[in-house]
Amino acid sequence: MIIAVASGKGGTGKTTVATSLAQSIATDGRHSARSGSPDRIRGHNPSRTDEKLVFLDCDVEEPNAALFLQPDFDYSQEVGILIPEVDYDRCTFCGRCAEVCPWHAIAVVGRKVLVFPELCHGCGSCTLNCPEDAIHEVLHVMGVLESGQSGPITFGHGVLNVGEAMAVPIIRQLKARHVTNDDVDVAILDASPGTSCPVVETMRGADFVLLVTEPTPFGLHDLRLAVEVARDELGLPVGVVVNRDGVGDTGVEEYCTAEDVPILMRIPLDRRIAEAISGGQALVEALPEYRAQFVELYEKILEITSSQEGRP
Amino acid sequence: MKQLVILSGKGGTGKTSVAAALAHLASQAMPIVLADADVDAANLELVLDPTKREEHVFMGGQVAIIDPDLCQLCGQCYEVCRFEAVIRGTLNPTWEAYRIDGLACEGCASCVYQCPEKAIHTEEQQAGLWFRSDTRFGPLFHAHLFAGQENSGKLVTMVKQQGRLLALDEGRELLLVDGPPGIGCPVISANAGADLALIVTEPTVSGVHDLERILGTVNHFRVPALVLINKADLNPVHTARIEAYCLDRGIDLVGKIAYDNVVTEAMVQGQPVTAYQPDGDVATTLRQAWLHIQRHLDGAA
Repeated sequence: MIIAVASGKGGTGKTTVATSLAQSIATDGRHSARSGSPDRIRGHNPSRTDEKLVFLDCDVEEPNAALFLQPDFDYSQEVGILIPEVDYDRCTFCGRCAEVCPWHAIAVVGRKVLVFPELCHGCGSCTLNCPEDAIHEVLHVMGVLESGQSGPITFGHGVLNVGEAMAVPIIRQLKARHVTNDDVDVAILDASPGTSCPVVETMRGADFVLLVTEPTPFGLHDLRLAVEVARDELGLPVGVVVNRDGVGDTGVEEYCTAEDVPILMRIPLDRRIAEAISGGQALVEALPEYRAQFVELYEKILEITSSQEGRP
Repeated sequence: MKQLVILSGKGGTGKTSVAAALAHLASQAMPIVLADADVDAANLELVLDPTKREEHVFMGGQVAIIDPDLCQLCGQCYEVCRFEAVIRGTLNPTWEAYRIDGLACEGCASCVYQCPEKAIHTEEQQAGLWFRSDTRFGPLFHAHLFAGQENSGKLVTMVKQQGRLLALDEGRELLLVDGPPGIGCPVISANAGADLALIVTEPTVSGVHDLERILGTVNHFRVPALVLINKADLNPVHTARIEAYCLDRGIDLVGKIAYDNVVTEAMVQGQPVTAYQPDGDVATTLRQAWLHIQRHLDGAA
């Protein structure tokens, strides 16, 4: 079961909801397969007792979940993309590499080949198309992956280096490291704000997208866009958490009813919550009474995903 | 003509509410142009009541397309694609079929060159729209990136360039850019060529963490920065930390806005907070902040 937590608008409480959800189901043990349909839970193995819960912070531009989950990092790896390096003993300066590169990241100038790492997407076209086999690839570091345990939760995040533009390769590698293997039962993925490529990369392959919004015109506007991406473009089931309930207007409520998007949980506007989170406390640690509500939220998600089964 | 960009790192700190208020205040001092550079979640228009004057198509990148009649199912496209954009599906138990996931495809054309049957070509895709609108504070350039599209940086550059050209053309003195959250590609585009960046932050552990990263980013591209703390009374300890951090690095703090529901009320009413409640504390702080920013703009090269 992979749950992506997204929002469209920033600052609606994605990380608060994602971390609280993980902490609540971790202590409750509900991420084990006894809830919902066992087959639906990716990699579920009935003979195993060590059910595994993974939390990935996919907001690699501004990764904040570690501030709340405080994992003990025991793994770190530099990541990036493979960029071309020219072997001058073989290069004939034919210019084929520059011709096939759609981003002008490689150029032949006289008897020199220039590579511009900040333009390169790492597609490998130049390497594949070089008639002299004169290009090999080297890692251009764009950030780092780190992981470790936070109690029962296996935590991983990616951190984009300051000044680097592309978040997607880091998200891709973070997911490849942690969620494609078979021994993950539940993975919770915290997305970045917005609706463009880093968010899509986070949602791809998820079983459910949880959208956190606030009942304001900005919240509604961006929720609409997030639903368009998750439900309409990617065809994934979605549900909404309304945070700061009571703050603005009724637009989100009306939209969800009209669009048949289920509201699965409401967190009221409460200065105590804002203050606890501002100091780095997780919501369910500051206000443990929310634990049961997050477990209930998880049960609702399981219900929706199992009822989706068999649909194309 | 000066260019001021509003950024935050962390989302939801109040960039757009501040941008709308500054648009209101700045337009009383000089003719301005506005650009909403948060193209995948553009909200500035919601509080500026714009009248659309122009609508243009934005062409994004290329996307590969496989011609099923020519495809011999060799699977080489699947092998060379590094973006997991070639999907290997099953037509029936003995036949495999290949198709492209348009959202994952980066348009590198690696598969096009690799295909021995020449069964793949690329096509340019419409990735969004951009608009020129009129508002009571000046012309607004904004855009809508279609769901899940890439190239947001390119669209940000387009929106800003159009704003800049109009400002130069009409002798408008300020291009005010409402930026996106984060520190990646669209932020780098929003920040490019700015004379000054205003970073809107909040006194939370996340806000402080992200402030350091966004200041690192604007500094990397050599744009001077000012800081504005929103919801400053939410956590006095972190507010003091931000103040000390800025002092330490010689970054001017232009104001501290108290946590006040009037900001949301103004948004619900579709108005800048400085127009909605001009005598309130929030509006007063913003007016002082604007004077401070204006002094920096006058001094900026």
